Amino acid sequence: MNVNIALVGNPNSGKTTLFNEMTGSNQHVGNWPGVTVEKKVGKVKMDGHQAVIVDLPGIYSLSTMSVDEVITREHVEKGDVDVIINIVDASHLERNLFLTLQLIEMRKPMIIALNMMDVLKSKGVEIDIEMLSQHLNIPIIPIVASKSKGIKECLKAAVDQVGRVPDLIDLYSEETNSMINYIRDSLKDHTECSFHHAIRFLEEGPEVAIGCDIDVLSVAKLNEWVEDRFLNAKIDRDMVVADEKYRYISSIIKGAIKKTKDESETVSDKIDTIMTHKILAIPIFLLIMYSVFFVAFGPIGGFIKGYFEDFIEWGIIGIANLLIWLDVSDIVFSLVVEGILGGVGAILSFLPEITILFLMLSLLENSGYMSRAAFIMDRMFRRFGLSGRSFIPMLMGFGCSVPALMATRTLENEKERRLTMFIIPFMSCGAKFPVYAIFAVAFFASNQAFIVFSIYVIGIVVAILSGIILKRFISKGKTTNFIMELPEYRLPTIKNLIIHTWDRVKGFVINAGTVILLAMIVIWILQSFNFQLHLVEDSAESIFGIIGRSIAFVFAPLGFGEWRAAMSLLVGFVAKEAVVGTLGVLYGVGEAAIESPEMLAQPLRTVFTPLSAYSFMIFTLLYLPCVAAFAAMKREMNSWKWTFLAVGYQTGIAWLLAFVVYQIGFWIMG
Amino acid sequence: MKTLNDVAIGGVCIVEGLGRKSLIRKRIIDMGVTIGTEIKVLKQAPLGDPIEVVLRGYHLTLRKNEAKEIYVRDKT
Repeated sequence: MNVNIALVGNPNSGKTTLFNEMTGSNQHVGNWPGVTVEKKVGKVKMDGHQAVIVDLPGIYSLSTMSVDEVITREHVEKGDVDVIINIVDASHLERNLFLTLQLIEMRKPMIIALNMMDVLKSKGVEIDIEMLSQHLNIPIIPIVASKSKGIKECLKAAVDQVGRVPDLIDLYSEETNSMINYIRDSLKDHTECSFHHAIRFLEEGPEVAIGCDIDVLSVAKLNEWVEDRFLNAKIDRDMVVADEKYRYISSIIKGAIKKTKDESETVSDKIDTIMTHKILAIPIFLLIMYSVFFVAFGPIGGFIKGYFEDFIEWGIIGIANLLIWLDVSDIVFSLVVEGILGGVGAILSFLPEITILFLMLSLLENSGYMSRAAFIMDRMFRRFGLSGRSFIPMLMGFGCSVPALMATRTLENEKERRLTMFIIPFMSCGAKFPVYAIFAVAFFASNQAFIVFSIYVIGIVVAILSGIILKRFISKGKTTNFIMELPEYRLPTIKNLIIHTWDRVKGFVINAGTVILLAMIVIWILQSFNFQLHLVEDSAESIFGIIGRSIAFVFAPLGFGEWRAAMSLLVGFVAKEAVVGTLGVLYGVGEAAIESPEMLAQPLRTVFTPLSAYSFMIFTLLYLPCVAAFAAMKREMNSWKWTFLAVGYQTGIAWLLAFVVYQIGFWIMG
Repeated sequence: MKTLNDVAIGGVCIVEGLGRKSLIRKRIIDMGVTIGTEIKVLKQAPLGDPIEVVLRGYHLTLRKNEAKEIYVRDKT
């Protein structure tokens, strides 16, 4: 039997940890039916059953309108769900149970996985699980997800619960109850979720009735009826249900929770006094940001990279020797060694730096510091028409724009979300780093680190200025909002870190092995043959060369009107790493790359000056993102118009800034 | 009327009601800011805004202009 399980819970409740524990590496990212938004699905086999677990976005409530919440609500209501596992953070029971009560009203079979029982114990708190379970009329399984305790029991309980729809809890006042029932009858809603729908109508009004078997006039009348009831009431219509839910939670918690210790300052509180200290907070913040990049791109990353490069070279030489031994024709040898190995190898040699960067970002995300950074930065971000919340996706943008664009879903304000997506690509992603690294080695050998760092800074400055300018057009002066939980600091589990980092590095490796591999082959062919399909001596006469020479003029004012540079930027749309690979192929250093990827530096020096190299780096930093990010942008913005506006803006700024830098630099240097 | 924004750091207050101007009223309600809820103001961000409060056993941060829309009385 197939059992479809939906994992629902608050953010920071350990939901992802539980999901990773349940499914191990047996998970993949799929798409939601209907809306093309990615979801995580994992499979697990247990006594004859196959459980398919869907990890839904972490949410606090089912009744508001952020994208995450709509996804979860729709999945629970209309998706394939046999049973819900509601993960509840025992150390924040009160707020977590609010979502639980809402889920019960969705009338789907459900169990509760009560997580962080260890944290609770250390706080000296005891929960009477049996009593709580009776009050909610739902089985509760205590677990410690981070220590892999109670996972099997939890899955078993979930499978046993299939087919058992929970009863509604009689928790509302008589008045509220009669109001909800009256609305439910009037809406003529016969679905399982009719009670939930009636509550939402009570809270939100007519929009909720769309799709019900009731005419517009009756809806308006019903809404008026509700408004009349609240005319002189002490409480507002959007508060009454939540208020009574929380009252009920307080009453059951009083009986079920026992404190054996007085509340004292926790370790997390102590850490936080330093991290968000009035004076120290900002220096610490800058230090942390600096360390992330220093560790990844500085000596530590470089040290690992050295060994890794040896390893790649060794592989390339091995394959080259194998080809010689096989006595393949020159053309095949050239394709494999110059085309494929040169391009893909140059990209893979940056894997250590990129892995470390992703690891550091996961560490920040999983430890709880990210939300503090948002707390610290909010005041500053407001000036750019953003809030502290946009900080998190923007920081993730330094890894890869695709997950960063997806992370904007937690932003409730649609305009703030759009603005954030506009500027995320200016955060220089990991794949652009190889481009800077190659050019820095070739032209700025004595101060490479400074030059690369300056490029990152330019990206940030352009993002900030863009925020200030664009907010006038995109958000039209509307103020953003900011409300956010500050979770306790937690030591991330190794397993979580590894899965999280691997998830992202995997994308980079797969990309190198598929898209880029293919692109390299195509590029090699296009630069070896002319339109008559004859092998050419000089690649300038090839198909690629002819196209390149016809578009190169666009880049002439930027200092690199050379066809190879132009074509490499064009190929950069496939993937940014491919810019380096393309240059490698076009300058025919495939074989030289066996000795060292730095060999590319020599031919580059014949075409670029330090100034035009810098201009090229700036252009690479800012111009249109790769096709994967482009697709993610279209998906998340859900508008071709905005997507094209965004990439048009980015490319325009890239050209303009590279132009200004090159022309001014040229003029200064005479 | 006194609002959450007027409560001194370290002060504890009880929620009396929510103003209409809040941009995220429903979110605030669902996160547990309902009538009678006890809120402790913990600190300000280094740049003076937003503030950090504790309610229902967890930490929450919100901006001062949102705090102004939360009416409170002192805890006695």
